[in-house]
Amino acid sequence: MAIELKDLTLGYDGHPAVHHLDGTFADGSLTAIVGPNGSGKSTLLKGITGILKPLGGSIERGATRTRAIAYLPQSAEIDRSFPATVAELVALGHWRSRGLWGAITGPDYDAVRAALDAVGLRGFEDRGLDTLSGGQAQRALFARVMLQDADVILLDEPFTAIDEKTTADLIGLVQRWHGEKRTVVAVLHDIEMVRKVFPEALLMAREPVAWGTTGEALAPENLLKARRMTEAWDEHAAWHDEAGHDGHAHGHEQGRAA
Amino acid sequence: MNLFDLLVGPFVSYGFMSRALVGAVVIALSAAPVGVFLMLRRMSLSGDAMAHAILPGAGVGFLIAGLEILPMTLGGFAAGLVVALLAGLVSRLTIQREDTSLAAFYLISLALGVMLVSLRGSSVDLMHVLFGTVLALNNDALIMIGAVATISLVALALIWRPLFAECLDPNFLRSVSGAGQPVHLIFLALVVLNLVGGFQALGTLLAVGLMMLPAAAARFWVRGLEALCLVAVTIGVASSYLGLLLSFHLSVPSGPAIILVAGAIYLLSLLIGNRGVIRTRLVPPRHRIA
Repeated sequence: MAIELKDLTLGYDGHPAVHHLDGTFADGSLTAIVGPNGSGKSTLLKGITGILKPLGGSIERGATRTRAIAYLPQSAEIDRSFPATVAELVALGHWRSRGLWGAITGPDYDAVRAALDAVGLRGFEDRGLDTLSGGQAQRALFARVMLQDADVILLDEPFTAIDEKTTADLIGLVQRWHGEKRTVVAVLHDIEMVRKVFPEALLMAREPVAWGTTGEALAPENLLKARRMTEAWDEHAAWHDEAGHDGHAHGHEQGRAA
Repeated sequence: MNLFDLLVGPFVSYGFMSRALVGAVVIALSAAPVGVFLMLRRMSLSGDAMAHAILPGAGVGFLIAGLEILPMTLGGFAAGLVVALLAGLVSRLTIQREDTSLAAFYLISLALGVMLVSLRGSSVDLMHVLFGTVLALNNDALIMIGAVATISLVALALIWRPLFAECLDPNFLRSVSGAGQPVHLIFLALVVLNLVGGFQALGTLLAVGLMMLPAAAARFWVRGLEALCLVAVTIGVASSYLGLLLSFHLSVPSGPAIILVAGAIYLLSLLIGNRGVIRTRLVPPRHRIA
């Protein structure tokens, strides 16, 4: 399933974090989103899942409903002190097929065990979440994504603070999903890894800087351009509709040039 | 005095004692699991604030109909819900966080409630509302408590999975379902409902005791969510029984006696529970070979 972004603007309090983004995540593509902190990468993923409503433009998801998208948030947003077991966390991946009230039965738990097997967590079913290391928790979340069996998979900084072995294992999973013709989009910081694993890349600095094959998008001149982004909002930036024309003469452009 | 007279006799011989036991036990059944979720969502003090917020509603009911159960209950439920929603709304629309706006609203409510009850009643009436009269539960009150517990347990069973997901990983829930916000509101309504149910027996100020103390004590014994709820319910029921027994034999006020027993169980659990102070600090740590 392809995801088409049309003049998409996402943000908070009227300030754009993703600004005038046009482009398509092609069906079955494997794309990395790269950019400095505050460049709108996580915001874009939240927009695609439908958690965040666009300030302007639109997101075309084809015939698929937003609920058919598997989304892995940054791991810091999960309450690991909550008294749940690994199996209970992973079983949430059955949500699309089981919904609010559908019983989760024996075969569903077999699927949970199989997914845990696949991420190298065999025998962790009954462990409490508070006993897991950061890497183990991330493996469990990948197992949940597997269960969701979604056409589109969005991963937000999935390898932050994860050791090399785990990262390699999880990248293997990402490549498997790519082989299964799923559309995978991941926010990443490790440019070397992106070059090695991801055929396509989107470089962001609130404005889209470059989007295309990884070699072209991450060319040195583009990376330099992205690094020059100013993170601060311009509190006095003109409102978009007051600017009077549809060009790119926004207040914050001045900030970027400075 | 034999053992029967000591432990069972009061509840057999005196109708008001058996009614009190039924009322307290039934409200403990549903309040304790609600308390477990409040604790896990780090909203323990919100429960307390909402308990205060019930007062002006109960006060209005009292002004209109006197010490009648239905008007005071409905008024209290409405007032508690309004304060819970307003506090959430203020935190969403302004820079003020929910804990601050909740504190502001419940202080206003408490003062308003005391004022309203005093307008018509005596200080005895005020004590009734604030601290309850578990020994004077009539049929209407028992039916009301039964209805509250039934509704709460059924509702909790229905929203169990989304509530679980909302506590654990709210962003995931939002990505797969739109249930997060409604479930949060239903849960707040359940908190208020249980406080209102408890307030006939224990009063607005102590009703939250049967909600939070068993939950907090259970945390020292077990780990899993279902186990927490079961242990909390057991502690709540035991507190109700032992508290009433103490109150009968020692001629002390029954509501505070129930809450004090729950408090004693909490302190005991804090000390000797599986995950309490003594086991985790004083017993020398052992570890397995792998």
